[in-house]
Amino acid sequence: MTTLTGAFRRRFLGRRSVERTRDVRDADEAVHAPRDDVPAVDIGPNDPLLAYLQSASGAVDVQTLEMQSPALEAMKAAGVKLAVPLVSQGELIGVLNLGPRRSEQDYSTDDRKLLDNLAAQAAPALRVGQLVREQQAEAATRQRFEQELEVAKLIQQNFLPKQLPDLPDWQVAAYYRPAREVGGDFYDVIPISDGRIGFVIGDVTDKGVPAALVMAATRSVLRASAQRLVNPGEVLERVNEHLCPDMPEKMFVTCLYGVLEPTSGRFQFANAGHDLPYVKTATGSEELRARGMPLGLMTGMAYEEKETVLAPGDSLLLHSDGVVEAHNPDGGMFGFPRLKDAVAQYPGGHELIDRVLSDLKQHTGPDAEQEDDITMVTLTRASSSAVRTAAEAPTRQLVEFEVPSAEGNERIALERVSAIVGPLGLDEARLKRLETAVGEATMNAMEHGNKYRADLPVAVRVLTEPDQVRVQIVDQGGESPDHETETPDLEAKLAGLQRPRGWGLFLIKNMVDDAHETTDGSEHVLELIMRTDPAADESHHTQGGVDDHQ
Amino acid sequence: MTTSDLTTTGVRTRDDTAVIDLAGDINAKAEASLESAWEAAIASSPQAVVLNFESAGYINSTGIALVVTMLAKARARGLPMRAFGLTPHYREIFEITRLADFLAINPDEESAVTGAEGSSR
Repeated sequence: MTTLTGAFRRRFLGRRSVERTRDVRDADEAVHAPRDDVPAVDIGPNDPLLAYLQSASGAVDVQTLEMQSPALEAMKAAGVKLAVPLVSQGELIGVLNLGPRRSEQDYSTDDRKLLDNLAAQAAPALRVGQLVREQQAEAATRQRFEQELEVAKLIQQNFLPKQLPDLPDWQVAAYYRPAREVGGDFYDVIPISDGRIGFVIGDVTDKGVPAALVMAATRSVLRASAQRLVNPGEVLERVNEHLCPDMPEKMFVTCLYGVLEPTSGRFQFANAGHDLPYVKTATGSEELRARGMPLGLMTGMAYEEKETVLAPGDSLLLHSDGVVEAHNPDGGMFGFPRLKDAVAQYPGGHELIDRVLSDLKQHTGPDAEQEDDITMVTLTRASSSAVRTAAEAPTRQLVEFEVPSAEGNERIALERVSAIVGPLGLDEARLKRLETAVGEATMNAMEHGNKYRADLPVAVRVLTEPDQVRVQIVDQGGESPDHETETPDLEAKLAGLQRPRGWGLFLIKNMVDDAHETTDGSEHVLELIMRTDPAADESHHTQGGVDDHQ
Repeated sequence: MTTSDLTTTGVRTRDDTAVIDLAGDINAKAEASLESAWEAAIASSPQAVVLNFESAGYINSTGIALVVTMLAKARARGLPMRAFGLTPHYREIFEITRLADFLAINPDEESAVTGAEGSSR
């Protein structure tokens, strides 16, 4: 047996990868040392010897075989006498090449039988060995890939802002979620020395580490340029010039850069081919357009510069294509029109982001893997009444309590609020007015918002500021509170043209100095404001601030 | 502030004027009581109806609607309706809602019954 083993020559066939050929040879060598001098022979993938060996019924006499085969010639030249095919599950996975017997006699019939038996048992074992090697190689590749993703993620997250600026009268919110194969999304908020704030959103083509590195470079150049240059168009121009020389082929960066002047709401921006941002205004939503080529494609580009003013209550949404290009199971994209509508329809800030994400989930289906990075940044200017309170002083919450949604419970709410607010300096008449407003607001919340559902209580919060009291009545009525829609007209009611009811909202508006509604999808908040120094503004009780959109 | 619902609505007649004494809260729960008070008031074929709010408690928007309903019934019969005993707060609400334009608000029962402050339009 040892003599036979010693004479074995193996050659793996070139049908699979070169890598595998090497693996098998290595494995073979490890098992079958010592070896002697018969050199290894390569069989080309188109060599007819391959088909012959695959279908051979056992050991093949090499010297007597006639065939137009370079491999066969090589084997003959190398002194190979016998070739024993190793076939596993119909597939030729190797050949044992044997030189002459050391006794210099021909191989006997018994020898051949022995070799055939050996081949029959060795082939599956060899195949198992090959599979294990393959799997190990794949696992290593996968691990490398995962490690790369990890690195890309780290780079990316390291270059995202650690915290967002805390601006009086402004709410800045951001959302970033990389896809599994990290894409090139990024955003940034850059405080500029003169009190202005730069906002950036961008997307590098490509994924993984290369995209992350380009993103990091873009961000650094942008940050530096933003400090030195005033106009957003010039900043993008400078960044483009910096990026172009070193940009890897077929890569580029889309990027929107805007600068906010917080006191005036002025927002100047330029766009290097990025998805257009949307602004929520009092009347709907608008795109902010400015022309410009993506960064890193070619030098000498100019970037159009535009500006808008974000009025109190306006909200700006910067977004990446991961939002609009998300597909549903039928292949339909979420799309720009839908995002534009969402901006018009939903409140700004965090709420907008949350609502869009929830719409997106509905669109893609709950278990869909995220296709691309998703990034959203919102910039929301507080509405005027909130501006006033924010500017004036810190708010202190005195109490928050709940009343079950059941008829008559508005009495509980108004009496508790009255007891808490009483000592704060409201005179008797104004306290009574607030009581009525709280009572009516709670009734509306219980009836229209919560539909008198036992499991949905109405929450009441009392907040105080140096010159005013704010009472928030919170129900779960969602987006469109179902109030009385017509302004009550007593003459019409007496004439039977209007129903006798429908005084609630009218009373609320007329009882307090200001009232406004906000909603975040499920929660609906009616805030009642009563100034504690009424002399400053006595006329207010005749005109409430509730929007007439109900 | 009392927290009782309107449970005792008495009706008196003085000098051809029906006086409805409202006691307790005027809200949704007061509807039946106010209806029967109205029926009792017109049973005596009065020349005017007076609402006495001296003992009334909390009046909410539903209560306002009930007063509107009663006022509409009075006007349908051509009956003047007057009121007294309203706190300054509810007097203000009657003014804001313009109920005061159709329902003369008097300082006391005497003037309300005699219509000294003038009848409603």
